[in-house]
Amino acid sequence: MFLIRKPCQIHSNQLCAPDNTMEKEGICKFKQLFSYLGCFLRKFMFSILSVGPIPDHIAFIMDGNRRFAKKRHLLEGDGHKAGYESLISILNYCYQLGVKYITVYAFSIENFKRQPEEVQLLMDLMVEKIEDLLRNGSIVDKYGMRLYFVGNLGLLSSTVRAAAEKAMQATAHNSRAVLLICVAYTSSDEMVHAVNQAIRKNEFDSVEEEHIEKVPMIKINDIKRHMYMSVAPDPDIVIRSSGETRLSNFLLWQTAYSPLYSPTALWPEISIWHLIWVVLDFQRNYAYLQKKRKQP
Amino acid sequence: MVATDSIRKSSSRMAQTPSFALSILWLLIHLVISIFFIVLGIVDTVEDYLISSGFLKRYDVINMGKLRYLAIVVDSEDAMQINKVLKLLQWLTDIGVKHVCLYDSEGVLKKSKEIILEKLSYAKLYEEGDEKSGLDSKTMILEFTSQFDGKEALARAANLLFKRHLKLSLGENQEEKIFTEAQMTEALKAVGSGGPEPDLLLVYGPARCHLGFPAWRLRYTEIVHMGSLDSMKYGPLLKAIYKFTLVRQNYGK
Repeated sequence: MFLIRKPCQIHSNQLCAPDNTMEKEGICKFKQLFSYLGCFLRKFMFSILSVGPIPDHIAFIMDGNRRFAKKRHLLEGDGHKAGYESLISILNYCYQLGVKYITVYAFSIENFKRQPEEVQLLMDLMVEKIEDLLRNGSIVDKYGMRLYFVGNLGLLSSTVRAAAEKAMQATAHNSRAVLLICVAYTSSDEMVHAVNQAIRKNEFDSVEEEHIEKVPMIKINDIKRHMYMSVAPDPDIVIRSSGETRLSNFLLWQTAYSPLYSPTALWPEISIWHLIWVVLDFQRNYAYLQKKRKQP
Repeated sequence: MVATDSIRKSSSRMAQTPSFALSILWLLIHLVISIFFIVLGIVDTVEDYLISSGFLKRYDVINMGKLRYLAIVVDSEDAMQINKVLKLLQWLTDIGVKHVCLYDSEGVLKKSKEIILEKLSYAKLYEEGDEKSGLDSKTMILEFTSQFDGKEALARAANLLFKRHLKLSLGENQEEKIFTEAQMTEALKAVGSGGPEPDLLLVYGPARCHLGFPAWRLRYTEIVHMGSLDSMKYGPLLKAIYKFTLVRQNYGK
């Protein structure tokens, strides 16, 4: 599916002010032209990519915000803010390309071990950005995006949990695109939670000890049904920025046939070219991965 | 009539032309990428020669202390080439790897377990507790896993916990029992799928995915793609292990 809805446009923040000097106006016009060409080139590249299979679901491990802040001599919080801008940029590219589901690893249960100030900063940033996303005209509106917050939400403070639940309710009617934000998440916690739920839901009348062996067994699909991530298909691709080659307790159950890509760019430096390269490589291996997924 | 038909034909040809042109461009891009990977393969071959002949000195000394446990994932079709698997294990012994877990989803390697152990006289089968015991310099511990030890094992462990839950609900203590990660780890050991977590996982296949390797044991494992088993080389194997020894993890902190 290729979303070629709108032609490239000059955005209002790029309009040249009437009282600009000749030189400033020249620079402004050049920037507008550059932006228009960039948009055209992007749409052209996406139409070429769309000749082959486009992944339905991409998962991102957004690694490298702190290293980015250190590299650019910024405050740590600014690294995370730059990371958020990068996320919005990538979401735009992915949804324009026709990817329907995007999952991001925003905050692991292990991240609670960080300095309390940093954890608080991240939680505050999350609440602020959730409010931004729910405003009119945001990316959520633009793509008809449904938001899911995936993880052990009970570990979050009441403020963050309330903001997450409000966002999920406000976007529940959307269905064109889906964004799953993994927060207070680890794959091992997800698997244990799913097993606990499967045990609880396995219906039986009061059983006597000698009949325990005859009670119906829990199957793989029972566990799968209770995973936090059961609202989306398994990812087609996992991308981890910063060149690290591990999954760090992210979607371990769901990624048997999801190739892992590790571009060396830090998360705020991730660009459209990384995405294009990953999709091209995914297309090269598509037939093999489909064959593997269909095997019993 | 003729004019209308010809206009209609031209319009449909024009509508098809952009997608025909895009298809050609798509094929061209993929051709260029394939050539790129062929060139990369040639570079790998040259590097393999340089490493194997000892020209690249930095790979001579590797700190094997960091690599306590290595896993190898092989595509099940490739896994039928037992001689390749044996060669790979021989290379790993030469490098100094002591503990290897072999995985393929369909269990082809599991079925060939006896042949492999017979051919490698210094190798022995993994038993629980092996990771704690000291080994002499020549022994290699081998573990054979498949999807039976992956999602299927988690389901078996879940059933073990389920039965425990039923027994608890019969007892005097009627509190709802929520099982923890530690209890899940124990349950996995009890059903025979409780091996240690590999430090490094090497994937021999067309794509870099773990093909269903036991999820419970993959949390912080470095995953490296080695290409297909057919084109396996000693140089890239040594390089991958060397690079692993340089990695530093924060574990979320």
